[in-house]
Amino acid sequence: MKIMVTVKRVIDYAVKIRVKPDKTGVVTQNVKMSMNPFCEIALEEALRIRESGLASEVVAVSMGPSQCVDTLRTGLAMGADRGIHVEANDSMYPLFVAKILKKLVEIEKPGLLILGKQAIDDDCNQTGQMVAGLLNWPQGTFASKVVLDKEKQVATVDREVDDGIETLCLNLPAVITTDLRLNQPRYATLPNIMKAKSKPIKKFTPKELNVDIKPDLEIVEVTEPPKRKSGVLVFSVDELIEKLKHEANVI
Amino acid sequence: MINRNSRNTLRFLTRFHHHQHNPSSQFTSKTVFDENCKQLKRNVLPTENKAFNFFNPLTNFFKNKQLGHGISCGILQKCYYGSMGGAVQRSSRFSELNDDDVRYFEEILGKKNVVQDEDKLSVANIDWMHKYKGSSKLILQPCNTDQVSQILKYCNSRCLAVVPQGGNTGLVGGSVPVFDEVIVSLSSMNNIISFDKVSGILVCEAGCILENIMSFLDNEGFIMPLDLGAKGSCQIGGNVSTNAGGLRLVRYGSLHGNVLGVEAVLANGTVLDMLKTLRKDNTGYDLKHLFIGSEGSLGIVTKVSILTPPKLSSVNVALLACKDYSCCQKLLQEAKRKLGEILSAFEFLDGQSMDLVTNHLEGARNPFSTSHHNFYVLIETTGSDESSDKQKLEAFLLGSMENELIADGVLAQDINQASTFWRIREGISEALMKAGAVYKYDVSIPVENLYNLVEEMRSRLGDAANVIGYGHLGDGNLHLNVSVSQYDEKILSQIEPFVYEWTSKKRGSISAEHGVGLMKANEIFYSQSHETVQMMASIKNLMDPNHILNPYKVLPHSITS
Repeated sequence: MKIMVTVKRVIDYAVKIRVKPDKTGVVTQNVKMSMNPFCEIALEEALRIRESGLASEVVAVSMGPSQCVDTLRTGLAMGADRGIHVEANDSMYPLFVAKILKKLVEIEKPGLLILGKQAIDDDCNQTGQMVAGLLNWPQGTFASKVVLDKEKQVATVDREVDDGIETLCLNLPAVITTDLRLNQPRYATLPNIMKAKSKPIKKFTPKELNVDIKPDLEIVEVTEPPKRKSGVLVFSVDELIEKLKHEANVI
Repeated sequence: MINRNSRNTLRFLTRFHHHQHNPSSQFTSKTVFDENCKQLKRNVLPTENKAFNFFNPLTNFFKNKQLGHGISCGILQKCYYGSMGGAVQRSSRFSELNDDDVRYFEEILGKKNVVQDEDKLSVANIDWMHKYKGSSKLILQPCNTDQVSQILKYCNSRCLAVVPQGGNTGLVGGSVPVFDEVIVSLSSMNNIISFDKVSGILVCEAGCILENIMSFLDNEGFIMPLDLGAKGSCQIGGNVSTNAGGLRLVRYGSLHGNVLGVEAVLANGTVLDMLKTLRKDNTGYDLKHLFIGSEGSLGIVTKVSILTPPKLSSVNVALLACKDYSCCQKLLQEAKRKLGEILSAFEFLDGQSMDLVTNHLEGARNPFSTSHHNFYVLIETTGSDESSDKQKLEAFLLGSMENELIADGVLAQDINQASTFWRIREGISEALMKAGAVYKYDVSIPVENLYNLVEEMRSRLGDAANVIGYGHLGDGNLHLNVSVSQYDEKILSQIEPFVYEWTSKKRGSISAEHGVGLMKANEIFYSQSHETVQMMASIKNLMDPNHILNPYKVLPHSITS
């Protein structure tokens, strides 16, 4: 069975984000970019499934400008077998990613599609769900545990939901999106980085796949959240009540 | 006892508290207290983390011997005498503080800045390692150079001894009084005076906390040429006065090269304004160098002008495993050649250090979990082009693997992984504290002999102690640590003076970056000739004839008394 994993190139999560002065977006020039942490977890899970003998191949997919190849190389260095790069210079909104993924799935025919639950730049949390809908595949999102049964061709997924943990049993092929507690991604060791150089990366364009990625969303403005105001000291209970009544308007 | 402990702990921790976002604390800290601890660990000197003295089972064991700080009399004595040889006597040349003095200070500084409060005094009287405790009765907090000048002029006329104090993070007892010296705290002088965005030249007052300066520069797209674990508390005046080294020295050089100007106040109150902002100025003797590294014994630094490098976007960190020390050495040579201008840190640690860290530090795991290696090297590169730097680093690493210089390695793929690697290196001191008692040495030896000291010490002490070595291999700086379950005179006698003699034979330095302070004042002859020390004494006599500035420190007592 083949496993397909999507990896997104995003601004490194430890970087301090700054809004561009013209408010059209955030500063990405000269800023460190890395693989989305949830995508790392997705890839790690795929690799573990392959290492346990339940899958034969892990294919990493990334969509975006040419620098996405760096992210794919990282994925290959972690242990993915092949890479696919869909080159596009426009913003990749979840719906377009989902449509392109559908086409890739039709070409590659994987038994399992694993994505990170959301990307840390847009926090959409939509792609996994959309592609499952387009493919009409079952989905197990916010996975904190995944157990595969090859014979029965099902995946048992523990999902982290507001009430606690929900366990679902999905028929394969299925879509899984990964949450933080699923696993701890491995480091890219040097021998693997060496091997990664010879692993193939196939290129596609959205046009070749017959997907129209003209945006139907327009970003009007990007602003920073309001700065947290400092607290105020009050010196008597009366003053506190007065402030709660007239300033905070809560009583 | 416990109450005192926790009060001091909290005060101690709040001193280190800061608001900067710390990536390594994101995943692992659960409570605010935990968060502070993690910040502490991150921001405390790469070589030492003594905050955990409070959590050290050893200090709890000695709790019964009251000294007011949870540190046993026993430990204090052993550490104190261990490196001092004989007890220091309070010099009779110094006057004692009286009420008239206090009133005079109140007049020139205002009542608020003349501190006699017991609690504040007890904090300022003890060093960061809780090894040295003074008995000063007065802390002065001047707000400008003129006030510092008036203070010193008065103290000089009265022969009142003075200790200049910044962040109080030093490791050799140089920042706290030995007896009742007046503490002159520079903490209130914390303004950034000017910053030239074109040249990167920063002018600021001595009391600016290093981390605050770093945040300011970060906004402007620059960085400080030095970085050390104590950055959350240490002040730039102290860094300059002690010629602090740190993690970036291999790339940006020492403070002697980066400090462009200094404003200092002499013992008699004279203000020397050498605060230039020029890259080149060959007019006469360059006196500012006297104040860089003299640990406050020649004058109090009040302002600093420093050249700051631009912040570069591409940072890569790799952790490598080597089978023996000669491989580490060859790797250093190769790195300097192949990585050249992008190399920004080269640290090493031995297998025992790695074991210590993984055993005692929460959340620290060995990236090479399947195999055990004898040595590990941490390499960091900083450059302007992400892809070309990564290519360079990868080519260097793969080449080193082919030449069998490294057995294995991991390359950090994002900032979080890079922090984890740094945590291993920077967490060694903390792990040492958790493991029990530790004897610390900081020596500079020619690189080829560096590890021999560790091996010899290991064979000397045998099973009695766990000897580990780590440090700034790129600068030839070894941090030798002897970890024992409790302090023991017998073990100490096996270590000293052997360590100093060995270093001296190799023409090394008994204190690479920590300075001399009180701890090694009498050991200075191991690394400096008699003639040189005599000249130092002459300069001291010239600049501070009454010896009021930081007495009992830096120069041997045989010379200064």
